[in-house]
Amino acid sequence: MADIVIDRVVKEFGSFRALQEISLTVNDGEFVALLGPSGCGKTTLLRIIAGLETQSSGRVVIGGQDVSDLSPRKRGLAMVFQNYAVFPHMTVFENVAFGLRMQKASQADVKRKVERAAALLHIEPYLDRYPAKLSGGQRQRVAVARALAVEPAVLLMDEPLSNLDALLRLEMRTELKAVLREAGTTTIYVTHDQTEAMGLADRIAVMYGGKIEQIGSPLDIYATPATRFVGGFIGSPPMNFIKAQCSNGTAKIGDATLPCPMTAQNLELGLRGEDASLSADGSGLPFDVRVVEPMGSHLLLTGAIDGQLARIVAPPTAKVNAGERVGLTVDPARVTWIDGSTGRALARA
Amino acid sequence: MTSSAAELKTDSTGRGMALPSARRLLLWTGLAVLIAWVLVPIYLVALGAFGGRLGVFRWPKSIWPTDLSFAAMSQFLAIEGVFNALVNSLIAAGLTVVFSIALGAPAGYALARYTFRGQNAYRLLVLLTRAFPLAILALPLTVSFIRLGLYDTPFGVSLIHTVLALPFAALVTQSLFMGIPREYEEAAWVFGCTRFQAFMKVVLPLALPGLAATAIFAFVISWNEVFAASILTVRERTLTAYLLRILAESPLHYRFAGGFILIIPSVLFIFAVRRYLFAVWGIASK
Repeated sequence: MADIVIDRVVKEFGSFRALQEISLTVNDGEFVALLGPSGCGKTTLLRIIAGLETQSSGRVVIGGQDVSDLSPRKRGLAMVFQNYAVFPHMTVFENVAFGLRMQKASQADVKRKVERAAALLHIEPYLDRYPAKLSGGQRQRVAVARALAVEPAVLLMDEPLSNLDALLRLEMRTELKAVLREAGTTTIYVTHDQTEAMGLADRIAVMYGGKIEQIGSPLDIYATPATRFVGGFIGSPPMNFIKAQCSNGTAKIGDATLPCPMTAQNLELGLRGEDASLSADGSGLPFDVRVVEPMGSHLLLTGAIDGQLARIVAPPTAKVNAGERVGLTVDPARVTWIDGSTGRALARA
Repeated sequence: MTSSAAELKTDSTGRGMALPSARRLLLWTGLAVLIAWVLVPIYLVALGAFGGRLGVFRWPKSIWPTDLSFAAMSQFLAIEGVFNALVNSLIAAGLTVVFSIALGAPAGYALARYTFRGQNAYRLLVLLTRAFPLAILALPLTVSFIRLGLYDTPFGVSLIHTVLALPFAALVTQSLFMGIPREYEEAAWVFGCTRFQAFMKVVLPLALPGLAATAIFAFVISWNEVFAASILTVRERTLTAYLLRILAESPLHYRFAGGFILIIPSVLFIFAVRRYLFAVWGIASK
């Protein structure tokens, strides 16, 4: 068990700055997801923590020990790779035992720990097989078992579910969460899939352009995004952004008004699709519905608020037709005001 | 490795059975043509080698060997120096295999895994060693070999053959190592291996089939090479160089016997490492 402190880590590839002064603390036993679009530097950061990549400056401290200059094998961690990296020339047993054998564990110890990890991930029937004979999901389990078998202080996972099909991914996600909770390992999990991050993590660090945009619990990040990017990246449909003029604490959008903080002129209203409800009498924000998509659990309405694209989630039973203008009731406490020039959210009133 | 190779073989036949009949016919026809392409000449040489003096000149040739005899063969082997030349050839080819793998594989690994300044120039340079006509180098080489005491030794011959085989070894092992995902090595590092241990435990077993193929090529290059071997030796000739000299004055069935003996070791060697050759495709498909 160990905590991880990432202290102003910078990574440059030639003149390109992949990571700009990243600082992040992961507590002992915590599960943190690094979430972001491809190319945001999340995998680079993970590889720096693992020691597979060297930082240009900054420190990585694991369990109180500065590991910045140590080779991967001395960092006391385990990793699950995106393509599993299960050794094809070893049986599943030997794969899972690999880390233990390198630690020169006794034969009995190896057997016991491999069997426990195998039981945890339900791969006991395949222990004698070669990975070539396994499906993608089974290989994934082997990779996780191999990582857990060494009982690492820190577990790093690099998009471990991205090569699985949708159904299997859902299944593995649930299972992974249960397994990792039981193991109580400090975990850093890289993903570009927000549902994975939301479902698994204690805290999410949203990364963009080599920086951490926001770090917080999944609900925090969802409800109170710190920047325009976070709001737009998280949530399905993503947050709507409506330009508005704010004067004297009131913003005018079409004919409707909303209370707003009066710090800036150039404001954007960040509104989650499910935080607006259709008003009975057509009052509130005017919303011109263009497309109605019944999704089963809800209706997805695409249209425009004051001429700006917006997506609104309505109850499945709502009677809305394309081409109609409806009114939206918005709870002022649940909207995010964003400074249009900086892209940062304004402090809540 | 054994079991996985066996599995691969059953795999591929299993797939063959599933093909539609037209494609299967095509497959088998192609196979038959390929096999004939390789085996018919060898068979004819063998026929000449074992058919005796008369068999060589008989026309039309009989498909089945008549009056099979080892006379030509045993007489040929009894020629003074043939056995010694055979041993020399084996030594030279063996050393060539060792040297070209020992030098070529690390070069290939470096080319595959690291980016360094002058990488492309190096790659070109490696190939350039083959661009030098050996004939131009022959005289200076002979002189320096005499000075160094390498002249007329299988070891000296193997050095030249290594030069010939090395570009090939470096470039083939490069693509071989490139085909082994870096993640395997990284996983090994994370789970406690040093770079060297990771190479030995993970990369080498996966590269073994390809290395075996590289070894075969080095062996064959050395075994077949005649020019350098002829120039750099006088008494300790390799078999090809020796045969070139004596066979010009021999009757035809002796030449066939000589040719047959030249073919045998390559065939045996390839046969011995065939399992790894099959597995090369297995690695490629993983």
